[in-house]
Amino acid sequence: MANMTLLGAVNDAMATEMRNDDRVVVFGEDVGKKGGVFGATVGLQDEFGTDRCFDTPLSECGIIGTGIGMAVYGMRPVAEIQFLDFIYPAFDQIVSEAAKMRYRSGGEYTCPMVIRSPYGGGIRGGHYHSQSSEAYFCHTPGLKVVIPSTPADAKGLLIASIRDEDPVMFLEPKRIYRTVKGEVPEGEHVVPLSKGRVVREGTDCTVVAYGAMVHICEQAAEQAAKQGRNLEIVDPRTLVPLDEDIILSSVKKTGRCVVVYEAPKTCGYGAEIAALIAEQVIEYLEGPVVRVAGFDTPFPYALENLYMPDVRRILEGVQRTFTW
Amino acid sequence: MTSEVLTILEKDGKVQKGKDPNLSDDRLRLLFATMVKARILDERGLTLQRQGRIGFYLQALGQEASHVGSAAPMLDSDWFFPAYRQPGIPLLRGAELDQIVCEWFGHQGDPSKGRQMPVHYSLRSINFVSISSPIGTQISQAAGAAMAAKIRKEDTVFMTYFGDGGTSSNDFHAGLNFAAVYKAPVVFICENNQWAISVPASRQTGSETMAQKAVAYGMPGIRVDGNDVLAVYRVCQEAVDRARKGEGPTMVETVTYRMGSHSSSDDASRYRDEEEYERWKQRDPIVRFQEYLARRKLWTAEWQAELEQEFKDQLNAAIKRAEAAGKPELGSMFDDVYLKPSAQLLAQRTQLQSLGGAADEEIGEFPL
Ligand SMILES: Cc1ncc(C[n+]2csc(CCOP(=O)(O)OP(=O)(O)O)c2C)c(N)n1
Ligand SMILES: [Mg+2]
Repeated sequence: MANMTLLGAVNDAMATEMRNDDRVVVFGEDVGKKGGVFGATVGLQDEFGTDRCFDTPLSECGIIGTGIGMAVYGMRPVAEIQFLDFIYPAFDQIVSEAAKMRYRSGGEYTCPMVIRSPYGGGIRGGHYHSQSSEAYFCHTPGLKVVIPSTPADAKGLLIASIRDEDPVMFLEPKRIYRTVKGEVPEGEHVVPLSKGRVVREGTDCTVVAYGAMVHICEQAAEQAAKQGRNLEIVDPRTLVPLDEDIILSSVKKTGRCVVVYEAPKTCGYGAEIAALIAEQVIEYLEGPVVRVAGFDTPFPYALENLYMPDVRRILEGVQRTFTW
Repeated sequence: MTSEVLTILEKDGKVQKGKDPNLSDDRLRLLFATMVKARILDERGLTLQRQGRIGFYLQALGQEASHVGSAAPMLDSDWFFPAYRQPGIPLLRGAELDQIVCEWFGHQGDPSKGRQMPVHYSLRSINFVSISSPIGTQISQAAGAAMAAKIRKEDTVFMTYFGDGGTSSNDFHAGLNFAAVYKAPVVFICENNQWAISVPASRQTGSETMAQKAVAYGMPGIRVDGNDVLAVYRVCQEAVDRARKGEGPTMVETVTYRMGSHSSSDDASRYRDEEEYERWKQRDPIVRFQEYLARRKLWTAEWQAELEQEFKDQLNAAIKRAEAAGKPELGSMFDDVYLKPSAQLLAQRTQLQSLGGAADEEIGEFPL
């Protein structure tokens, strides 16, 4: 075990897989000598050389398009998009190409690539360095969508993503890159995709959260506990394909659910969780399923702290599952 | 086609024969003063960031001639689709200092209402369209605005800026292609400062120059010494004239150097040589221009000192006012999503207002 930041664990996962498998290549803007704007790829070019870790021209479309070509040809590309906010020039390549390669070729061609990208708010980054656009990708059949919330999960899930036979969007909550530390197994460590994690057991209300929000929910749960309310926090870790059982069995136990996410509320991932619960376990519910999310505005700069779900908004959401 | 770089200012303020654009004394002084002010603005901006008073800053250090010289031939009625590294343009065109500084703080008084990170100005009063972070997006937009002016038979000229990195964007291709097809009145300024964060310009293209790309699209591509304000001015005056006369777009590559780090979040010493910096420092655009002006007896040290002091005083006063202005009120978050807020937005605003909360509570620092 080693004590690491989430960022360090992401780095460790890539280094581990690059040692294991020479088909793995890492590329993107500033990932070489600089080691990435956040430092996620530090040391990789030194260790593996410029054929396996390299800077690209400033073109997300080019990064993903060439990545798909490499994957189709038999490599294991890990492409970094510097911020998720800058991924849109590559949207066509991701949703029309990477996501559909297997299906449209009847399985003849596949696209086992990982697209890593820091996402989410809380770093004073304004519109274009803060957005949470996971829902666009969750809505695209053929893509898997993974979001870690701890260093150990970051490593295990990234290794699983690199080994996966399908394209994976691996979204990294940049707000907690350096603030969250934890024990991470050294060397080989795989956390299977599509398996959620109960972060904290409780009996009174289920809180579903992923990424940086898991930690805010833990703070909320501490506070709720002082008031005699036990929240159960469930982190799905893989948004698509979802571990439905872990959520449904928790809601069956507690009878209540709040979904917390940073993205704009409308048509966000929380809507999917709410619909799932309504479809499958409505008879267990003792109150409405509540979404605590970003507002339906572009991500604001100066008022960021009011935009992001915080402890008091989460607790207020929990309260609404009791009194309605 | 040539990879030659047009230079006018030579050593010790001498000019190449027959190439001086012969600007009036007032005009020359205005250009110099604007470049000096832009540098002071940048120094203050970075200092405020280092002091933790604003969240981010990004300088144009070393690129003052490139953007001030190119913008100067534009008329007040002409339009800009800028990138984030042209602070001298608002100064040249007389934007209010308070608006600029309030934007840094995201405080009331910022025309864009604290919605964007520092240096992403929106200044409609000077036809300076809202700056976006995603690289290159403004390039095709400028082409489109120019197409519109042409359709409406108006003689407005459009100028857009992007870096060496920006030439790799999808919008570089789309923008130059459309502009050339429709002969749109737009001037594309590629400020080739040799770096896109840590990636050298040689990693952006296999072409020998950026300017030569223009030729393939069907427009002139001109390389100019970006640290030579007279050369930049001259080339851009010609490009603006061509556009206004209906002769179509031009791309200008200003060959310059980013003398600072990419931004307050970057440390250039981690990926580039000090030696390269030292070489470019010899070609500091302000020093070169000052030598020229001194030669023509248009510059004295006292004049510059006075101008600097006056601007610093104005800036300090503006910073004081901006810092005290405070953040936009909480409900303003829901304005300007649409012309009229939707029912959902109104409900969300009511919900947030009922919870209250401190708008000035900080939750973090921009770490990059
Ligand atoms: C589409 C997109 N990808 C990545 C980024 C992150 N980024 C910000 S500035 C920059 C480098 C830009 O270099 P260049 O175009 O040469 O302009 P310069 O900063 O040198 O003025 C990068 C990669 C971005 N803003 N937009
Ligand atoms: Mg550049």
